[in-house]
Amino acid sequence: MIRSNLVALAVAGVLLCLWEGGCRFFGVPGFILPPPSVIVVTAVMKAPLIAPHAAVTFLEIILGIALALAVAVPLAMAMFAMPAMERALAPFLVASQAVPVFALAPLLVVWLGYGIASKVFMAGVIIFFPILVSLLEGFKSCNRDFQTLFRLMGGGFWKTMTLLYWPWALPHFFAGLKVGVTVATIGAVIGEWVGAQQGLGYLMIQSNARLKVDLVFAAILWLSIMGLLLWGFVGRLEKRVVTWKNNPM
Amino acid sequence: MLQVSGVTKQFDLQTIFSDFSLSVTENGFTVLLGPSGCGKSTLFDLLSGVVPADTGTLRWRGRELPHLGSVAAYMQQKDLLLPWFSLMDNALLPVKTVNGDVKTAENRAMALFERLGLKGYEGHMPHEVSGGMGQRCALVRTLMFDRDLVLLDEPLSALDAITRRTLQSLLLLLQTEFDKTLVMITHDIEEALLLADELVLLTPRPMAVQGRFVLKSPKPRRFDDPELLALKSHVLGKLTGEGNDDSL
Repeated sequence: MIRSNLVALAVAGVLLCLWEGGCRFFGVPGFILPPPSVIVVTAVMKAPLIAPHAAVTFLEIILGIALALAVAVPLAMAMFAMPAMERALAPFLVASQAVPVFALAPLLVVWLGYGIASKVFMAGVIIFFPILVSLLEGFKSCNRDFQTLFRLMGGGFWKTMTLLYWPWALPHFFAGLKVGVTVATIGAVIGEWVGAQQGLGYLMIQSNARLKVDLVFAAILWLSIMGLLLWGFVGRLEKRVVTWKNNPM
Repeated sequence: MLQVSGVTKQFDLQTIFSDFSLSVTENGFTVLLGPSGCGKSTLFDLLSGVVPADTGTLRWRGRELPHLGSVAAYMQQKDLLLPWFSLMDNALLPVKTVNGDVKTAENRAMALFERLGLKGYEGHMPHEVSGGMGQRCALVRTLMFDRDLVLLDEPLSALDAITRRTLQSLLLLLQTEFDKTLVMITHDIEEALLLADELVLLTPRPMAVQGRFVLKSPKPRRFDDPELLALKSHVLGKLTGEGNDDSL
């Protein structure tokens, strides 16, 4: 584990050195591609400028996750409880994923305004699907013998749900949530590109127009760190909650 | 009295039972013995209502039931302990699923843990205990069902020989101390002979009763009991199709 991390760090180090060296050796202008050292300095020095935008984007992502959970969790349970509902909805849900969400971004701004609502919705739409699918698959993968046991114990739907299906599906759920939170940043930023007054995406567009490419990269750096932090948080939460291993049997 | 009469079941045009009948005396230990793959587990699926029978009736204490799911407890080869609950929480499942009185049940479960040699392990997680202890816990859970009929589907066949021997004596407790009516399926002849009051020999598909033996020798029994040894060779002969000696 530590070894593979070291290898990854070494690869990152080599790439960064090549980037840094290349920029300096070929004298690439800063407004085309700033070297990584400049990006890091900008990210730190311009923190007072970036932080308020980052806070807005972060809020959009968190609300987007909450929105996605609020829709995906009950829907997954309903689709699991009623296979007819799953058969009826599944084709539409899959088809909805074939629609490029980014193409909807301008429409969402028209419908929901320039405020954070359109960005929350964008982020939510992107996270919704992995959560729904992973949770539903989690419920459905439940061991058949356990289901028989619960049937014999006379457990009703809710009891079986809370004592059996939910704990069983939790590892799947967290896998979906981890995918979700990392791509949530994409939804929020695209929303901000199309029309916003604040947020990291807005900052990127503004800086790009003024050829402040170092600031664009600094915003991307902040965004990546935000995604990593969310991923790490969900990972820790999972370790806390899921202390067992489902034996496949 | 449990009566199974005229049960027929087909899967994919293959007949598993045709007109299968069985009756089990109350507070008795009935063991169904048959070769692997003769449809024993399907029989239990039918009894517990997991799969419906094509035809046939089930009666328990004179009352006709669609299946025994609501009157029988069930224990199988796998301990089926939920990995996210401690042994105690697993044992309490039958009470929790029906919103029963958990506090009272906990005292009862505690006494059972002690009786079955699990005292001190109530808080352990299933992966922390051995297969034998897991199966003891499953036995506690089975008793917590609080039902007079217990279906045992090869409950000990995943255990090693030594653990198995001690658990066999615990299974006997179900009959002697807890007054259960027991129906067990197994393919282990010695286990069947040690535990059964009545031994029912089954034929391969379509499954039918090939012979019944009432065992009178007192329990706990010993392997070297001459009556058992004689019966064992007879039963073996029947199961393997050698010897047609029907008198015994």
